[in-house]
Amino acid sequence: MCSILAMACNSSGCESGSCGRDKENGRSKVEEVKEESVCLKCKSNEPMKFGDGGSDDGRFCADCFRSNVYGKFRLAVTSHAMITPSDNVLVAFSGGSSSRVALQFVHELQVKALKNYEASRDRSLPVFGVGVAFVDESAAFPAALSGEMGDAVAWVRSTVLSMSPPEKDLHVVPIESVFALKLLDSVSDETGKEDLLLHLKMLSLQKVASENGYNRLVVGSCTSRLASHVLTATVKGRGYSLSADIQHVDARWKVPIVMPLRDCVWQEITRLCHLDGLKTVELARHPQSGINDLVSSFVALLQEENPSRECTIVRTAAKLTPFYFNKIPETDDSCVPMATQRRLKKFNLKYDGSMTTEAFCPICNGPLNGSDSSEGYHESDNTLYAACCSSCRFQILPQDRSSLEHFGSLLPHHMVSQAKHHQKVDSQTYLREKIKDCLLMDDEEAEAV
Amino acid sequence: MEKGEAKSKKAGGPPRLCCICNERRPVLKRPKTLQQICRECFYEVFEEEIHQVIVKNRLFKSGERVAIGASGGKDSTVLAYVLSELNRRHSYGLDLFLLSIDEGITGYRDDSLETVKRNELQYGLPLQILSYKDLYGWTMDDIVKMIGLKNNCTFCGVFRRQALDRGAALLKVDKLVTGHNADDIAETVLLNILRGDIARYVYIYLFLIMLSLGYIMIHTYAYFKKLDYFSTECIYSPNAYRGFAREFIKDLERLRPRAILDIIKSGEDFRIATTTKMPEQGTCERCGYISSQKWCKACVLLEGLNRGLPKMGIGRARGGVNGGDHKKETKAGSTVKSLESKQCGSLDF
Repeated sequence: MCSILAMACNSSGCESGSCGRDKENGRSKVEEVKEESVCLKCKSNEPMKFGDGGSDDGRFCADCFRSNVYGKFRLAVTSHAMITPSDNVLVAFSGGSSSRVALQFVHELQVKALKNYEASRDRSLPVFGVGVAFVDESAAFPAALSGEMGDAVAWVRSTVLSMSPPEKDLHVVPIESVFALKLLDSVSDETGKEDLLLHLKMLSLQKVASENGYNRLVVGSCTSRLASHVLTATVKGRGYSLSADIQHVDARWKVPIVMPLRDCVWQEITRLCHLDGLKTVELARHPQSGINDLVSSFVALLQEENPSRECTIVRTAAKLTPFYFNKIPETDDSCVPMATQRRLKKFNLKYDGSMTTEAFCPICNGPLNGSDSSEGYHESDNTLYAACCSSCRFQILPQDRSSLEHFGSLLPHHMVSQAKHHQKVDSQTYLREKIKDCLLMDDEEAEAV
Repeated sequence: MEKGEAKSKKAGGPPRLCCICNERRPVLKRPKTLQQICRECFYEVFEEEIHQVIVKNRLFKSGERVAIGASGGKDSTVLAYVLSELNRRHSYGLDLFLLSIDEGITGYRDDSLETVKRNELQYGLPLQILSYKDLYGWTMDDIVKMIGLKNNCTFCGVFRRQALDRGAALLKVDKLVTGHNADDIAETVLLNILRGDIARYVYIYLFLIMLSLGYIMIHTYAYFKKLDYFSTECIYSPNAYRGFAREFIKDLERLRPRAILDIIKSGEDFRIATTTKMPEQGTCERCGYISSQKWCKACVLLEGLNRGLPKMGIGRARGGVNGGDHKKETKAGSTVKSLESKQCGSLDF
């Protein structure tokens, strides 16, 4: 574990001020770094120069750089039991660099598992299944995307095809399959519209995942993306639910979401794509002028001034207490190997044992703070209004109460039922947590009986 | 843009009137609601909001000695003016003072202190000045000469907070009032996230008067009332990293005015483990001031200055006086310490 952390520390733009670089007034550090003649890690190969003006250029050779990044991915997967032999994993693929790398790494992991399987005598550990999902958002941005989408989908198809064996199913999900397009028009706030679209995107991914028998959803969010999310959540008054969104695992959903690239920064990801010739596709959006864009520009500015800023932001936010659903549930699958279960238990000790969450916002699925939901609630209030978090109330729900009924009818049925489903799962897990000290047998023994 | 815009769309026709009194010509519009109001109504609204905050939160009791932290800047000048007005108007019965801190910054502080001295005369409030030199033995000029322009704001911030508290204790005041507004606090919440400090801010701001009012309102008030204030950036601040956050907050407020309050709400709602929330309240071994560690922050910084180790106390604790973590110092973490101060066992070969 220690050596991997040291690796993580040395890789580009990550971790603490203990890397011996001047952090305070961060002017570009590229010129101040001494020319390394040999890879810092293996001390034998020539260092790789990306020439992209970023930090840490020319310190590691191509192989060491790649293994640094893949190492972080693999560590995240194993320590959080993200992917185990019996799983069926759906990778959310947008065509961008982050999800391209996620897809690539998951594929490599699968190839390795297949090799081991074929080489083993007893064939005891099956190879996990991998599928790919691409959400077609062109219905939401008709003017911008209609032309490109056909090409993009074709490209995605051929990319996935090239990644076999093992073969992977591709699911192209049109976003309008989960909601009526009129819904977006009813939202007047620019940022609210963008966020609602993100929630709907997640709903479509969840839909395709559960309808096709997947039990894990891999999302390629990297450190940089999460850093922006920390700030957008803060400025939208979502400080309570923030910690739920930035962990490695988010099991609020029917199909738990895992983020194996959480500890990799954007710079590493783009460099890797460049190094390995991983093609990506960037779909043009209509110009976004809301808060989300303001924040990403701000973070980019800070990152220029100090290359480890994104890491610091996420590390700070990681000090917030996660929720009980921020881990793969222990009782999920009896096929999960014992070693993994033990690791899970040890790891799970740090999570908040007290189940204080009562409900989730039907729109964003954010856990509701007690005071939040009771704020301004009156008997005569529309139930949708009462059920939502204050942020969704402000930026998504229509401001005049008379339109609320109509708006609610446009919302996908899933949004409301998702919350209900979760409440059921909650109480079971909640009960177990409360009584586990009284249980005589622990999980392993109980399973064996 | 956001919803508020619709209200202020200009229609042709008769000149608009202040939407509160409907008599006078409006001179400005409130950032949050975009209401158009006249000068007199603005004063009333502004002063009334502050009065409401005071009353609703029961901030004061009659007969209390209340010190107003006065820097000479807009915020504290407005605060001093309004508070003395309200004290008179609503008979709070408060014994008000001005308390000013002299950081010892030539060319900046001298001028702003002159402003505060004028405020003393203008508002009829007695003034007490405490200097860093008196309290700590160092002026900011001395400190900057020693450590340069990198962490000077950290020193000043720590020293000033203590100075206000110590001054208040000396003057035997019951309450200390500072002019922090919502923007300042939002900025601090953001900065803390950016720099890694999430638990601290919860207990920093004890007495808030202008919470519901934004930065723009306060400056507008000062402008219209032609209040005497001093308005220049601290001469040591060009490298102040707070500037980034401030720009961002201004842009944010333009897009969505309520975002400032939302930041503060987020800060209050952050799920912080109870163990980190309230540090043990003890006393500093060196000076007796309240501290959660063996030595208070000011003493740690001073020790560093006096020993010629300017980085001591800056950044995260790596052993030393407060011995936060007892782990062996790694080579990477010891760029600041000189070779002599290291124990032989921890040197890497």
